[in-house]
Formats: sequence, structure tokens, C-alpha cells
Amino acid sequence: MGAYVNPIYPYKAPTDLMSVPPQRKPLIVIGAGPVGLTAAIDARLQGLDVLVLDDDKTVSVGSRAVCYAKRSLEILDRLGVGETACQLGVSWNIGRTFLEEDEVYQFNLVPDAGHKRPGMINLQQYHIEEMLIARALELGADIRWQHKVTAVTPAADHATLTVETPDGSFDIEANWLVVADGARSPVRRHLGLDIEGRVFQDRFLIADVIMKADYPAERWFWFDPPFHPKQSVLLHKQSNNVWRIDFQLGWDADPEEEKKPEKVIPRLQAMLGDDRPFELEWVSIYTFQCRRMTDFRHGRVLFVGDAAHQVSPFGARGANSGFQDTDDLMWKLGLVIKGQASDKLLDTYAHDRQFAADENIMNSTRSTDFITPKSRTSRTFRNSVLALAKHHPFARKLVNSGRLSVPSFLTSSALNTPDADTFEGQMVPGAPMDDAPVRVNGQDAWLLDQVGKGFQCLLFVDAAPSADTLAALQILKQSEVPVDTLIVSPVALTVPGFAVLVDAQGWMAKRYDAQAGTMYLLRPDQHVTARWRQLQAAAVQAAVARAICKV
Amino acid sequence: MSTSALKTDPNFHEVGRRFFRDFSPGDEFYEQLIESHSGLSDEQSEALNARLILLLANHVGDLNVLREALQKARAVS
Repeated sequence: MGAYVNPIYPYKAPTDLMSVPPQRKPLIVIGAGPVGLTAAIDARLQGLDVLVLDDDKTVSVGSRAVCYAKRSLEILDRLGVGETACQLGVSWNIGRTFLEEDEVYQFNLVPDAGHKRPGMINLQQYHIEEMLIARALELGADIRWQHKVTAVTPAADHATLTVETPDGSFDIEANWLVVADGARSPVRRHLGLDIEGRVFQDRFLIADVIMKADYPAERWFWFDPPFHPKQSVLLHKQSNNVWRIDFQLGWDADPEEEKKPEKVIPRLQAMLGDDRPFELEWVSIYTFQCRRMTDFRHGRVLFVGDAAHQVSPFGARGANSGFQDTDDLMWKLGLVIKGQASDKLLDTYAHDRQFAADENIMNSTRSTDFITPKSRTSRTFRNSVLALAKHHPFARKLVNSGRLSVPSFLTSSALNTPDADTFEGQMVPGAPMDDAPVRVNGQDAWLLDQVGKGFQCLLFVDAAPSADTLAALQILKQSEVPVDTLIVSPVALTVPGFAVLVDAQGWMAKRYDAQAGTMYLLRPDQHVTARWRQLQAAAVQAAVARAICKV
Repeated sequence: MSTSALKTDPNFHEVGRRFFRDFSPGDEFYEQLIESHSGLSDEQSEALNARLILLLANHVGDLNVLREALQKARAVS
């Protein structure tokens, strides 16, 4: 057993960044947390120069964001970090819920068959950050540690940043600024931008505990347990024998007092039993709010992650929704920076991710109100749901100890082309794509690993496409915003110039309600944006124009 | 359980609305239920619950179903 040691990243004097008049950079990201780092990696994958400024010199202290949901793993796959994260992370399926001494219900998040990634892995935030830093550096991102942004002055076509370093302060300009500086966001405060919502009067103690426990890798959630009466407790397994335990303390708890080892250790002993050896790696007290900025875009300044919105921790919607922010933002920003789309496209980032933030806030608020009832009546209902859950399936569905993070269906996005044809199933315009097993070049592969590279189409066929069809697909491929097409066939085919996905088991046809001739247009962030029963190149081009705000 | 007249499987839904997540309609009902008690004293909440049961019972109407619901509610203490 051994505690995690935070790496120290080397400080580099900013001699090359200091100049009068200030230098102009195409893109600066403030904050090298998980969200800022994914923005930087995505920028590099699109060939954009990116400078990342962070006021610290290490990764997260303590485990903090520990649950990475399936959609995040898919995004990390696209960024090249998914496999590393899944290898170190702990997969779990069983969740147990207890009321007082009794187990009232258990769920099994058996991974949906036909998906590459499980519903969730547990991994300490510091591990994720180390992986993202390594990947960003490998791709040539310029990350500067101990560079604290103390002022931002927005202008019509850029923003000027004042940066403080151990070698003094300097000004630097950015054509585009991505702000990922966390919940307290100094930049947001400095700019005086409002963020509104609800403050919850409750405190939680989080402990990272190192122990060689023989508990299985499961999520255990207690309502009102004998070892911590009237409050809730959550136990999660992380990698390297580290366990995460969250104790609800109530609003009257004294945070400084509760953090002391002499207070924490008896709580842990009461929970674990006296004889089990453990070490305390990290302890923190947190409170939380559910709130978001009114507008995530302010001209050239774009807010992502906790800087833009915050949720309660129930349901792991913090880092997970932050990844989805950059997933939505960065392809749009890439097109704008390359002059292929107008900056109106970035307003749809704000609109769609504000919609998603509202959904996340709604779900995490519902969980919070279930976990911490605010009145006697509310507590009675909560306990009655738990009591009924032992015997009745409907009540199990109502038990809300956190709805695990799932991506929003962006059905109100202005980028979608509404259906003109009839389709069944979930893959509506605005839907995050469902994965499926396929075969590519005779090898087993996954659908989502084949997409997420610019705009793409899926064309479902039952035989080799005609010459006319191939000519239409060539036109799409050579458009100003190129659209590559993947041919989807139930049997192996050779189609010169196009990749073929063999949907031998029919997962794709089923999930996408596809027949021969069905065509899907996909955004670079693996969302459906339009679909048809027949290929018409002009309709696809119009849908692409719409998806980049060109109409 | 094949003789049961009372539905105990998840059944929250709304005509004309599409829910992409199976927990959403139940969570929405639960939120509205708790919200309906907001600002009430315990006595007022108890009375609200009583009125609610009576309204829903009349809507269900079928005494066979109601009898079973009463038994199941009583069986869990």
C-alpha cells in the first residue's frame, strides 16, 4: 500500500511569450483540469495551435471526480486516452442500496450488449489528468504551469490576458479563449458574469481510504445506516486499493473540525469494523450548488465545464458534462478558426450545452432532494419508496441515489434537419450515437471508433452501390466541408474509395432503424444531425450547411 | 402473482411526450409530488396526502385493484 504522490510539472519561464506589443495566439485554454485538457487535445487533433495556462503545477489533489461514464469513455476514445483509462479504472456493475440495516434493492448496470464501453468506470481524477497531460504533450500542446491569469479584457476580435508567473507578469492576446478554470472560475468572476441557481445547505465529508478490502467492486449507498444515523453514505472502489467514502454531514457540521483525522477515523472504523487496517489518503469537506451561467459564450470567450455550470455530485455529472462541452465546442471552434464556418456556429455551442446543463441540473437536483429530504413529509415519501422497493419494481425505478450521467439528446438543436421520413428508435436528429459491433477489413471493430472524424455519412446497403450512388458520394467527399461516407452492409463488400462496415449481427440496422438506402449524416462529435430513407446529395449538402450555420 | 390486478411494474408515462431515459417520467412525478407539499405544515401535508389518495382511488375505481393496493401498502411496515 502506498499513497499517491502528486507529480510536479516543470515551470518554464515565459520569455518566449513576453513581448511588447503582446503576441497574438489563435487559441488559449485557461485551466489544465480534465476539461481544459480535453479541449487542448481536441484542438491538436484538428491541427490547431493551442496554449494552455494553469496556475498550479500538478494534477488534482485527492480523487475528486471519480466516475467516468460511458459517453466520456467514448469521447476519451476519440481523443486517444480511452483504452488507458479503462485499463487502470475499475469497472463495476452492481449497485446496492441500503435503508438502515437492510439491503432494499440492488441494480446491475450490465453493460448494454453491443457497446464497446461499460456504463461507468471509477478512476481518481489525478490519474485521468496525468493521462490527458501526457496525451496533450504528445500531440504538441503548449502547457505552461504556474501561469495564473489575473485579468481578461475582451475585445471584438480577440481577448487580452494578463498572466502572472514567478518571473513577473505579461500580457498576451488570443483570437479565441476557452475558459476551463473550474467552479470558482476566477475569469468568470473577474469579468463579473453572473451564474445563478440553488445553494444546498448540506455538507459532505469525502475520504480516500487505502485498504486491501475484500469488498467487491460495487457501489454501496446507505440511507440512514446504523453507523451514521439520519444521513447518507456512499462507498466506491477506485484503482490501486483506494476506496472513496462520502459521508453526508448536514449543514451544522463544522468543516475544520470534521476534517481532523481524530474525527474521521472513528467514522471510518464504525463503518468498516474496528479490525480492518486502512490508511487515510485524503480528506475533504464539500458543499455544492446547482447553477449555470446565463450564457456560455461571451464573444471570443467561451466557458466550459464547472466554470460554466455546477451540479450536485450525485450522478457524476461534473467532469462528464464538461467533456461533453468540449466535445460539442471544439469541432465548431475548429471550423470557425479555419474560416469554414461563421462564428454564429458557436452560439449553438452555448444554446445546446446550456440545454444540457439544465438537464444535468434537473437530474442532480432531483437526486439531491431524494437523498436529503427537506421536510418530514419528503422523508416519509423517500422512506416509503425504499420500503416498497424491496418488493415492487416500480418503486425501484423511483429510488434516486444519483442518476448516472448520460448524454443529452440535443433534439432542440438548430443544427438538426428535422426528419422528413419515418423512423423508429432513439437515433433521432440530435441523438448521441449508439455504438455497435461491426467488422472492418475482416477485423472485429466498433462503430464509434470509425466515426468522429469530421462530418460523415452512414449509407446502409444490401449490395454494392450503383455507379450513380458512388458519384454522389464522391461529390460529398469533395465539398468545401468534406463528408466521407461509410458503407454499412450486412455482408462483406468491396467498394473502391469507401470504407465498408459489415453489420453482420444487425446491431446497426436495428439501432438505427435502417433499411437498404437509409442514410445518416453525423456530426464530428458523434451525434446524428439528419437522416433519410434515400440518398440525395443535395439534401445532404443542405443538411451540412445547416449543421454549420451556413443557412 | 399472475392473479394480481394492481400494476407494480414501472408505469409513469405521458401521452404525446417522449422520454429518452426510463427513469425520467417517474422522477418528474416524484419531483412534482414533493413540490406540491412545499411550504405546508406536517398537518397540512397529511391532509393533502389524504385528498390525493381519495382522488386517485376514485380514478382507479376498481375495488379489486384498490383492495390489493391497500393490502400491499399495509404489508410493508
